Amino acid sequence: MTVYVLRRLAQTLLVLLLTSGLVFGGLYLVGDPVEILVNPQADQEERARSAAALGLDRPALEQYWIFLKGAFSGDLGKSFVFGRSALEVIIERMPATLELALLAMVMSVGLGIPLGLYAGLRPHGLAARAIMAGSILGFSLPTFWVGLLLIMVFAVQLGWLPSTGRGPTTEFLGVQVSILTWEGLRYALLPALNLALFKLSLIVRLTRAQVREQSLLDYIRFARAKGLKRARVIGVHLLKNILIPLITVIGLELGSVIAFAVVTETIFAWPGMGKLVIDSIFQLDRPVVVAYLLVTVFMFIMINLVVDLLYSALDPRVRIAEVKS
Amino acid sequence: MRRPVSASCALLQVRDLVTEFAGREGRLRAVDRVSFSLERGEILGLVGESGSGKSVTGFSIMGLVDAPGRIAGGSVKFDGVELVGMADGELRRLRGKRIAMIFQDPMMTLNPVLSIETQMLETVLAHDAVPRQEARRRAIEALGLVGIASPAERLAQYPHQFSGGMRQRVAIAIALLHRPDLIIADEPTTALDVTVQGQILYEMQRLVRESGAALVWITHDLAVVAGLADRVAVMYAGRIVEQGSTAEVLDAALHPYARGLLDSVPAANAAGGRLRQIPGMTPSLAHLPAGCAFRDRCAYADDACAAVPGITLRGSRQVRCHHPLFEAVS
Repeated sequence: MTVYVLRRLAQTLLVLLLTSGLVFGGLYLVGDPVEILVNPQADQEERARSAAALGLDRPALEQYWIFLKGAFSGDLGKSFVFGRSALEVIIERMPATLELALLAMVMSVGLGIPLGLYAGLRPHGLAARAIMAGSILGFSLPTFWVGLLLIMVFAVQLGWLPSTGRGPTTEFLGVQVSILTWEGLRYALLPALNLALFKLSLIVRLTRAQVREQSLLDYIRFARAKGLKRARVIGVHLLKNILIPLITVIGLELGSVIAFAVVTETIFAWPGMGKLVIDSIFQLDRPVVVAYLLVTVFMFIMINLVVDLLYSALDPRVRIAEVKS
Repeated sequence: MRRPVSASCALLQVRDLVTEFAGREGRLRAVDRVSFSLERGEILGLVGESGSGKSVTGFSIMGLVDAPGRIAGGSVKFDGVELVGMADGELRRLRGKRIAMIFQDPMMTLNPVLSIETQMLETVLAHDAVPRQEARRRAIEALGLVGIASPAERLAQYPHQFSGGMRQRVAIAIALLHRPDLIIADEPTTALDVTVQGQILYEMQRLVRESGAALVWITHDLAVVAGLADRVAVMYAGRIVEQGSTAEVLDAALHPYARGLLDSVPAANAAGGRLRQIPGMTPSLAHLPAGCAFRDRCAYADDACAAVPGITLRGSRQVRCHHPLFEAVS
């Protein structure tokens, strides 16, 4: 188990190294940040000074080497735009994105699994058909449009919830969190719902398909033949089996919610990482973009590691120790 | 513990049971007016090809027929109590407690993600409010009974750590947990190796004799029935075409289909001779001929067979045929 986790962490380092190289190279090819950062009226000498100050006058490989040396001591470089540590800028924005992603996932899992279970157990009922039709809408409507619609209905017409921004924050374990108070949660509800809709539809459909497939298997019938109550047959025998494929998808989706909340964050003016990185790309703020991608990749890998560990906890046939070799 | 035997009342009495499945081709009768009865401690072999309705008959007795299927008529009396139309809650209390079932494929019947302990204890606790320790003790005892070595350690394991034969033993142990009056075994040896088949068969026979449970053994294998069952019922296309004591039926079947089934057992043929077989194929339920379902494949069929044959009695034997092979008995 420990060996397994250590090996996975070593792999993580390798992936991070590769990612940093790719992003560094890609951004180097896109353009020269000096063109954007320096006043167009500035003369040649001033431009050269700025470039030297940012370290942009050196050859590309040397710049990368300097970056790597810094990275191993935890320093991912200074933002060209903010003039502060890039990692700091990212981490400042991270709680906002994380809490939004978490709320969205709680919504989609909390609603998606029960709805999918219901639709799978009574596939021909009217309610099940309505759920399935709704999930097709959730799949196919574009996020930005749904976001605007949510604002129109709940913020403008009904006036129930605020339309933009992040609510007041409170400190929780040293992090600024907004969703722990009702006032802050109100701000987060609409963007989280917007973000959750696609995942919700996905989880509903996946759960239903799994329920339909697994209900026909003999172990369910055997469980009923033993005289178990329906609640136990569904809640333990069926649910534990369908959770195994669901966990994988939920993990992947959680990663993608954190990394790609850009559209929602933009519409609802949510001050998260997504909005930051879009701005940084436009300004060719290389350290921030690289730092952002490294942080995201790291989170993706961590989520997947947790998923794999959960997987082995749920499914006795996949005990981690056996995978070691 | 055991309930007093109500005099002259069969343990299980199935009368004109009809189970239908609604599908694209209309309603299909998987079980068509099936009748049989079973005394306490008796073993009935329910024999037929796949699709003959023998498994559905078993599920119908248990009340485990799922939509789009439903029991469309008839009666199933268990110890004098009508099971058809019984509320699901009441039926649940019988299932696993007084009527147990064993399935065909032991690889599929145990839940792969739950430990054997969980799956056994929940069965005990579903019917008896006993402490977990007592439930555990009963589970270990049942595992020992079916011949599983070091049952206490095995209890903590998961199904994938057992071989096919061992899994079936576990399933049998689960079925025996409450010492049921009736066990329905749906081809429990079909998916196993021949040597393991023999062991399981032997164990089942022993356990049934010891516990006094009645047994419905569903199978397509006449050889299995020969050594096990007191009586045999042969099913074809949803109907019981012949039933009687095992010796009588296997010696000289009265129904042409049952006769054909016996003749197609390789051991019944002279070595080197051509294997006899029933001409044609088992018809699908959607395209059954009117009247006797077997008449398209039957050498004795004539115009009379266009009508559904009634049941002809001869002693304790029943046959559903217009032209039973009485002359061949002598």
